[in-house]
Amino acid sequence: MATAPTTVLNARALERTVARMADEIVERADGTDSLVLVGIQRRGVQLADRVARVIAEREGASVPRGALDITLYRDDLQTVGPRPIVGKTEIPCDIDGMTVCIVDDVLYTGRTIRAALDELADFGRPARIMLAVLVDRGGRELPIHADVVGRVIDVPRGGRVDVCVTELDGRDEVTMVIAGEGT
Amino acid sequence: MSTPLGKDLLGLEHLSAEQITLILDTAEPLREISERAIKKVPTLRGATVVNLFFEASTRTRISFEFAEKRLSADTVNVATAASSVTKGETLVDTAKNLEAMKIDMVVIRHASSGAAQFLAERIESNVINAGDGMHEHPTQGLLDLLTLRRRFGSLKGRRVCIVGDVLHSRVARSNIWGLTKLGAEVAVCGPRSLLPPAIGEFGVQVFDRVEQAIEWADALNVLRLQLERMTAGYIPSLREYNRVFGISRERLDRAPREIVIMHPGPINRGVELDSEVADGPHSVILDQVTNGVAVRMAVLYLLAGNAPALAEAAKGGDR
Repeated sequence: MATAPTTVLNARALERTVARMADEIVERADGTDSLVLVGIQRRGVQLADRVARVIAEREGASVPRGALDITLYRDDLQTVGPRPIVGKTEIPCDIDGMTVCIVDDVLYTGRTIRAALDELADFGRPARIMLAVLVDRGGRELPIHADVVGRVIDVPRGGRVDVCVTELDGRDEVTMVIAGEGT
Repeated sequence: MSTPLGKDLLGLEHLSAEQITLILDTAEPLREISERAIKKVPTLRGATVVNLFFEASTRTRISFEFAEKRLSADTVNVATAASSVTKGETLVDTAKNLEAMKIDMVVIRHASSGAAQFLAERIESNVINAGDGMHEHPTQGLLDLLTLRRRFGSLKGRRVCIVGDVLHSRVARSNIWGLTKLGAEVAVCGPRSLLPPAIGEFGVQVFDRVEQAIEWADALNVLRLQLERMTAGYIPSLREYNRVFGISRERLDRAPREIVIMHPGPINRGVELDSEVADGPHSVILDQVTNGVAVRMAVLYLLAGNAPALAEAAKGGDR
């Protein structure tokens, strides 16, 4: 039996967390001059949009925002399911020499980020690549580490973290389900 | 593991509207890869695709090869003239020998209708039909659908007329199946000698005069006169054909609405299509070529889930 979903972040907490992440991203990037935000499809894109909005409000700067779909860079083509939908990749500007901040909702095994790094390399040679994630749930299978983390939660293998955003799910919320015996 | 399309892509006749839409939806974002400086993604790394072309082809073979390479597959091209077929080897023996070299997919073009299915039933590798005789040319049909969908947003209720040598055209059959499944109205237009006798069974309208087709249609898919397949006198002369069925600017100027002009190529300029039209603002012929690579990438990607060697390599993958 799995446990009932526990709320990790409600809407207000999620908003505060994103705002703090935005500040931290700007600080680590030494400002916004060469900063590019790239969200990983799908919910990373909405989170990158929100980070960009906070940066615009606080810094008065418009930071380019792109989207990365890593489906074609995955290392598990055979397990992508019966309708393997390929999403859109849009890189808004030349990323050579820029500081690219990858934004994603959940950091788990690290394989998605590995794929994202491979894909980004096909678009140019950024001066630096940062990683910002809303939730780091542990369970890494690759040596990947996030620079900016909204919330760290230790979720055992088999457990689940669900990030909901209003744009796609009708509400802002992060929940966690811990798998129990028999799951 | 079964893929959303099954093991092979042999034609559009037996695909559902949902499967066709999945291919088009997958092709859409894949167009972007051809715009990149590095036009390559690692998706099919480790897969081997054999392009088995028993019939002349330039754009389809090159389009498949681009699609395979942009997905990082290893490709081998086999053309009849340079193969053991000239020594009398059968199609199945050729394919079985290739399969013994551990290939994953075969793209086949053959002059005989049904050759792709014949092969698919006898080998384990995925088979993609790149045109079989007068039967089907599914990836051409799919790229036509993608081109029209991008132009019109949706195919539902759109009117598409296929003009020309429908009798010998595998493109026409794939178009008719695909278009009708996605809700378009389809008509054909050409000399009766170049329409299949049982055209009525396809559930399409028939126009005897190209002027009627132009008045009715949102898009004309103009077919090449397949002179190499014409063993009998199907038309009095090319000049006569152009006079009666050729698409000229003057004819298009009389159309009640903007008409999209398509052609699967190669064009017999001045016969089925005047140069002014082929290169003019109505033409989406080069868009068709661009979309062809994306559609073929989509088909390869969607079938890849069943490639035996890839399935083996992917074991243990955990996100």
